Amino acid sequence: MQIDSSTPGVHPARLPLNQYDHNFCDSHASLNLAQAKIEADRCYYCFDAPCQTACPTGIDVPGFIRRIADDNIRGSADLILSANPLGGICARVCPTEVLCEQACVRNTGEDKPVEIGLLQRYATDKFFEMRGAPLFTRAASTGRKVAVVGAGPAGLACAHGLARLGHDVVLMDANPKLGGLNEYGLATYKTTNGFAQKEIDWLLSIGGIEVRNNTRLGTNVQLDTLTREFDAVFLGLGLAGVNAIGIEEPQAAGVRDAVEFIAELRQARAYSTVPVGRKVVVVGGGMTAVDAAVQSKKLGAQSVTIVYRRGSADMSASGYEQDWAQKNGVHIRHWATPKALLAESGRITGVQFGYTRVEGGKLLETGELFTLEADIVLKAIGQSFVAQPLGSTLELRQGRIVTDDEGRTSNAKVWAGGDCRLGGRDLTVEAVEHGKVAAQSIHAALSA
Amino acid sequence: MANLNTEFLGIKSPNPFWLASAPPTDKEYNVVRAFEAGWGGVVWKTVGQDPHVVNVYGPRYSALLNGDRRVIGFNNIELISDRPLQTNLDEIKRVKRAWPDRAMIVSIMVPCEEEAWKQILPRVEDTGCDGIELNFGCPHGMSERGMGASVGQVPEYIEMVARWCKTYTRLPVIVKLTPNITDVRYPARAAKQGGADAVSLINTINSIMGVDLDTMTMVPSVGKQGSHGGYCGTAVKPIALNMVTEIARDAQTAGLPISGIGGISTWRDAAEFIAMGCGTVQVCTAAMVYGFRIIEDLCDGLSNFMDERGYANVGDMVGKAVPSVTGWSSLNMNHIEKAVINQDSCIQCGRCHVVCEDTSHQAITATKDGKRHFEIKEDECVGCNLCVSICPVPNTITMRTLKPGEIDLRSGMPVPGEYANWTVHPNNPMSSACA
Repeated sequence: MQIDSSTPGVHPARLPLNQYDHNFCDSHASLNLAQAKIEADRCYYCFDAPCQTACPTGIDVPGFIRRIADDNIRGSADLILSANPLGGICARVCPTEVLCEQACVRNTGEDKPVEIGLLQRYATDKFFEMRGAPLFTRAASTGRKVAVVGAGPAGLACAHGLARLGHDVVLMDANPKLGGLNEYGLATYKTTNGFAQKEIDWLLSIGGIEVRNNTRLGTNVQLDTLTREFDAVFLGLGLAGVNAIGIEEPQAAGVRDAVEFIAELRQARAYSTVPVGRKVVVVGGGMTAVDAAVQSKKLGAQSVTIVYRRGSADMSASGYEQDWAQKNGVHIRHWATPKALLAESGRITGVQFGYTRVEGGKLLETGELFTLEADIVLKAIGQSFVAQPLGSTLELRQGRIVTDDEGRTSNAKVWAGGDCRLGGRDLTVEAVEHGKVAAQSIHAALSA
Repeated sequence: MANLNTEFLGIKSPNPFWLASAPPTDKEYNVVRAFEAGWGGVVWKTVGQDPHVVNVYGPRYSALLNGDRRVIGFNNIELISDRPLQTNLDEIKRVKRAWPDRAMIVSIMVPCEEEAWKQILPRVEDTGCDGIELNFGCPHGMSERGMGASVGQVPEYIEMVARWCKTYTRLPVIVKLTPNITDVRYPARAAKQGGADAVSLINTINSIMGVDLDTMTMVPSVGKQGSHGGYCGTAVKPIALNMVTEIARDAQTAGLPISGIGGISTWRDAAEFIAMGCGTVQVCTAAMVYGFRIIEDLCDGLSNFMDERGYANVGDMVGKAVPSVTGWSSLNMNHIEKAVINQDSCIQCGRCHVVCEDTSHQAITATKDGKRHFEIKEDECVGCNLCVSICPVPNTITMRTLKPGEIDLRSGMPVPGEYANWTVHPNNPMSSACA
């Protein structure tokens, strides 16, 4: 049987083989030299630049852009990476339209900010292509040992910061590969050609960081052992729990977590091996929902619908991401909540939704129902922190670890940052800042 | 539609835009294309004695570019015509016959010997051309042979050669001046003294465009070495305009016809040169950057400007702005201005604040009521115009003139109503007020 986008059911290889490379290529071409120069020239080199203030890692944006204009790519990368050691991946995944670019003064009058994200990517990509002598070197060894648990953006940034300051770091991660979200949780077209791994290789090249993969907190290693054996511990734990859809889930094939689907794609040896439905329904309204929906479309699904219980403005996926989904043929339906998963002969056939509306600030169901056919339902309702592996030693609130601004937890030897930490917007760039600040705080504590 | 017809030394052209002596006027083919495009006249690329000189067969040009690679400055090590004299003369004759309404000036450069000029002038005159331009400007290649700028730098030589030319030809004589001197008034006075009918300026400025830092070689280089070249293009316009103005307002040369040259790229540039005393303007770099069709924009822009302002003829505008130029000592010390920032169009980039704070008078706020806010502190503002000059948004920072009687918050004193310059200022030890 010839399988294509219109074939019912769930199948891999819906597309001609040569189509996959095209579909999963870099979603945004990087700037070429001429484009980068012209765009860099648009920067006004503002005083006390609003874009820099808007960046969670405080990158000197006017400075790095001016260095691009001045043919000083190495200096540009230095400014970026010294403020944000994951500046390359952040240039790809940051919602710049609500961070630096939103603050750009060019928006006033022109509605067209300087393309800060693309320029940051230009500088870091060029630097990684041609890098000469190391940008950063380790300080003299302090003889202190720090355990960093979780090798996502927060853990990586913390490990790099500590290594620069001369501490010995043991970096542990439950997964076989480092990177956390960068390696497992992003759409493939956001980080092509193994960029996430290349950046991590560069980051570790500073030395002094021992990597222990497949090491899971609570299973292979315990927090109280770490606090005994190390001078300090940084927890950069991700969100291991996936929120429930809130309705009964029948024992039927075709329902899966969006994060797991995204991870499977990132790790697939060939995209053509990943099965996808003819009709896909994604429930949720964040980046994960968009990444899962767009990639379903790119795998050859005939129709993909994101269903979100509130309006467009309430979605946590940015306006830019919503546009991106729609440009890729994903249909977004607002104001509907799942009521029932429909199944036949052990397979999902559709989802019944109830219309919603807001009344007096509260989300209500109107009582009207509609049904969308589906042979795959991807759940993207959000993720949650699983605190159980911590034991009972740290203060938690709303299910996450309580810290001060420097990342210090209720345990004097433990710092935490990234998604496991209370507060924040669950952004990669914010996790990097947490790791960076915690490294400085740990250093101060160990030097005291 | 304003009348762009121009008469300069009795030479008529349908508009004041001539192509300067340079590669665009090197031969019949180019000049015919230029006339077809609408240029009012040409100064035929400098002819010299046989055997003709030979150019390098390698880079002769290089450009100074801005961020988006627009040419803002240009330089060259091109020489005078590298074709036999008779070839040039034959072509000049043919073109002038075919285009009788266009100005045809022939640029000449031969050694500073009376015989050389005596020989060449009748042959040039025989082409039927309208005038000659003496190339006393070229700063490279020919100057080492005792011609070009090396003549333009010695007023006595200028006067001498101009006099020979007036002796051996009936054609109007224009002397093209070099800017590579200390005071352009001296060569201009010498030209007039020698009987020249007009001066044209500026020729190119000695320059080295840059250094290739990979090879540690100057740019441009022919093989592994280069030589200084002549600088021109938009970047030299302010220098040229100043020199033109110096001649226009010098008592000894006032009224001497001037053909303006130097970075004229737009109708506005041309209008400015005309306002500073030029009867015609000559263009080269702009044509070399964009091609001959820019003549349409030059004529159209100038004509529309003249219609808007009510100038019927180009001649009505010549020298209009010259009286506005004076020496520093004549400036009114009682005239006081303050910058004003339009908060509605300000985009809050803060550049005005930081440059005023770092390099000037600390007269612009950065915050107000805890918010980012840029506003002039009138008690500190000296009216220097730096903020106006660097503000990226047009018309957002402007200058306001204080009215007589208004209190200058900086000095706490009322603005005097009367004019008073440095010569009468109490702080000037030589002031007449101190006497």
